Amino acid sequence: MSWLVQSLNSSIGKKFVMAVTGICLILFLIIHLAGNLTLFIGPKTFDGYVHTLEVVKPLIRVIEVILGLIFIFHIFNGTKLWLENRKAKSTKYKVNAASENSSIFSRFMFQTGSIVFIFLIIHLVTFWAAFNFTGHPETKAFEFYQIVVYWFQNEIYAGFYIFAMILLGFHLNHGFQSAFQTFGWNNSKYFPLIQKLGTLYAIIMAVGFASIPIYFLITGGN
Amino acid sequence: MSEKNINLKLHIWRQESPSAKGSFEEFKVSVSPHASILEMLDDLNNRLEKEGKIPISFESDCREGICGTCGLVVNGHPHGPLPKTATCQLHMRNFKDGETLYIEPFRAKAFPVMKDLIVDRVGFEKIQQAGGYVSFNTGSAPDANAIPIAKEMADLALDAAECIGCGACVAACKNASAMLFVGAKVSQFALLPQGQPERYERVQFMVAAMDEAGFGSCTNTYACEAECPKGISVKNIARMNRDYIVAKVAKRTA
Repeated sequence: MSWLVQSLNSSIGKKFVMAVTGICLILFLIIHLAGNLTLFIGPKTFDGYVHTLEVVKPLIRVIEVILGLIFIFHIFNGTKLWLENRKAKSTKYKVNAASENSSIFSRFMFQTGSIVFIFLIIHLVTFWAAFNFTGHPETKAFEFYQIVVYWFQNEIYAGFYIFAMILLGFHLNHGFQSAFQTFGWNNSKYFPLIQKLGTLYAIIMAVGFASIPIYFLITGGN
Repeated sequence: MSEKNINLKLHIWRQESPSAKGSFEEFKVSVSPHASILEMLDDLNNRLEKEGKIPISFESDCREGICGTCGLVVNGHPHGPLPKTATCQLHMRNFKDGETLYIEPFRAKAFPVMKDLIVDRVGFEKIQQAGGYVSFNTGSAPDANAIPIAKEMADLALDAAECIGCGACVAACKNASAMLFVGAKVSQFALLPQGQPERYERVQFMVAAMDEAGFGSCTNTYACEAECPKGISVKNIARMNRDYIVAKVAKRTA
């Protein structure tokens, strides 16, 4: 297996790991958003949806472990890349013209990713842990819709959530097409379409996820 | 040739040796709009020599944009702000009277500054030595066009072969990655029949040499393509990625 470790640790190997894990997370976000949108239908539908997941809990646990590993790989590898790349460019230019030759989305992947990572930790503590183990912060009841209402009435929490989702959109906008480039699927016939699809996907994800805290902030969940 | 000279304020990187700490030195020049930026530096060096000062060290050779020797970073752009133009072909008419220019050497850990604006691009040589060639049997010269090659393939291979190996891609990249250079060198052979026997070994050898030389990893910002004086496409990087993955997954030579 040494060839595998060696290959994945090469410069192209590291790109490849970022792209494969990134695509997995891109697919995961679609499912996650689809589930979250049941919040708009009402407490019954959302709680029903979460209960359905409870029924297949062993399967969900397996998926969670795989997903956790994918996240760890993506974050660990990304951080490693960022540190190594900073070292490879230890001296910066006096005049920086980066904004004229590359997109802002591509240049700040580590920064946007880091804030999404902080968001992820908060998100796991406040929602995942509450849904699975601790219940509503006050009533301790496993009323999932009420847990969502509780957190999104906190303006700071909801504000950070929205902010993180915008940055997630930035991250995805670059990541989507970047993965295809890494796999070598860059053909002038279809690559422009991939880039547009990536931007559309990023907007749908950012707006989709951010719409939930906005909705609860405005309506208070009633 | 009657156009008026333009006056510029230059901040030029001066560094005595690889280990010395460099800094910017300020110069005021009046230069013909028809001069190239290298000719402006020649003029300035004549002046410095007359004054008994040490002239500015920079590299150049053909001065017609094909050798890849010259390379300065002007206001943050490798080879200056004009797209698809090498430093030697960058004429002063592209700048405004009274403008301030910051002239710096290419910045990358793998390209250490030797003196002033000269960097050591030995990393590129190591990459080329690792696989930038094709092997063939010597003997009488083969007939031209004996092997049919599709027009599209020939065009793409020649586009890749346009790379002059100047290092602007590394200089432009925020990660100091050499992938556009290596992608072009891998592609120019991978696209042609003559390059097939060594295709999958070549990509592995060249990528290994690139990693060894201390270049960073590509994060697909595409700054390299934007700054490349020859307009080499990042599709060459995609091709290299694909060949590398195929080599690692499907070929027996690891």
